[in-house]
Amino acid sequence: MESIVKKRIQQVRKGDQDAFGEIVELFKDRVYHVCFRMLGNRHEAEDIAQEAFIRAYTNIHTFDIDRKFSTWLFRIATNLCIDRIRKKKPDYYLDAEVSGTDGLTMYSQVETDEPLPEEEVESMELQESIQKEISRLPDKYRSVIVLKYIEELSLKEISEILELPIGTVKTRIHRGREALRKQLRSI
Amino acid sequence: MNTCPENIVMMMHDYLDEEISPEHEKELKTHLQSCEACKTHFHELKKTVALVQSTSHIQAPGNFTQNVMAKLPKEKKKAGMNRWFNRHPLLAAAAVFLILMSGSLMTSWNGGDELSFTQSDQVVVEGNTVVVPEGETVQGDLTVRNGDLRIEGTVEGNVTVVNGQQFMAGAGGVTGEIEEIDQAFEWLWYSIKSAAKELGSFTSNDNE
Repeated sequence: MESIVKKRIQQVRKGDQDAFGEIVELFKDRVYHVCFRMLGNRHEAEDIAQEAFIRAYTNIHTFDIDRKFSTWLFRIATNLCIDRIRKKKPDYYLDAEVSGTDGLTMYSQVETDEPLPEEEVESMELQESIQKEISRLPDKYRSVIVLKYIEELSLKEISEILELPIGTVKTRIHRGREALRKQLRSI
Repeated sequence: MNTCPENIVMMMHDYLDEEISPEHEKELKTHLQSCEACKTHFHELKKTVALVQSTSHIQAPGNFTQNVMAKLPKEKKKAGMNRWFNRHPLLAAAAVFLILMSGSLMTSWNGGDELSFTQSDQVVVEGNTVVVPEGETVQGDLTVRNGDLRIEGTVEGNVTVVNGQQFMAGAGGVTGEIEEIDQAFEWLWYSIKSAAKELGSFTSNDNE
């Protein structure tokens, strides 16, 4: 996997855009998933995940080919997510007009739910409440929890992605776990 | 509840991080058997982890890759140029040098429309014509720009007329070379030639 990625990156550096398409295919689900758990919103997750790949493309020459590409890519994505979380503090309103669209409000962005079997509704409700609690975490705990338990990355990798000492990552995971424990106790 | 040592909670987290030492693990287990509060705490932590991990893996939307590709900056031309520069650094340097050089020479060519010539007490100016009168002798080279030159006397050196014409009277004489330069291109060539000559004279001076 890593050797294929390296090969593609070298092709991208030589100006081959199609090779970048293959890189997007390989990583899109993981990047999108991390963004979704960080932001708790599909529309924003898609927006930020795309932006992460575009940044990776335009800065591909700064990537150290001897390092792990996914670490670098996740760093771009998590930084973008944290920026977005900090900027959007006053949350979206459903009837606010979506920027760049003509008279389209957030109501039209909400998927219409078809009737679902009861278990599925139950599991969806559980999923939604877990996601809601993750979204309530302060961003510095949220990023470590998402990388550790959604992406199942090692402490070392998380410390490289977030450019933090391992000790700090550990402390944040502990605090994030404690915060989530209190929030999820009732479930 | 707060009677338990602080490090018990630390050990729970070390356990969850799979970084607990065998001695601590033993200590933790013994403590959990005797302490109901810590047992609940530990159970809740494990449940939290299980819940977070139970969230389903969602996938990127179907047209994700196409959307990214459509938004990539179209800079193939620029990339191509950069690549060319990287591969031919010498040629690139030469090209830059030529562009700058020709630019500065063109400005010096276009720079003066006015008549100018090598200052000398022996010459007389008649309108747009510089005259070396009969019987006079100019010592050294004589250059006239943007005007004609009529030589009735003698010039002991080279004569250069830029953007003008040179007439020689029967009695006139020039000991050196006579040159007329009319075209911008010739001016360029002349500048390069004289620069080369100067360079040559420098090196020959060094040799002496």
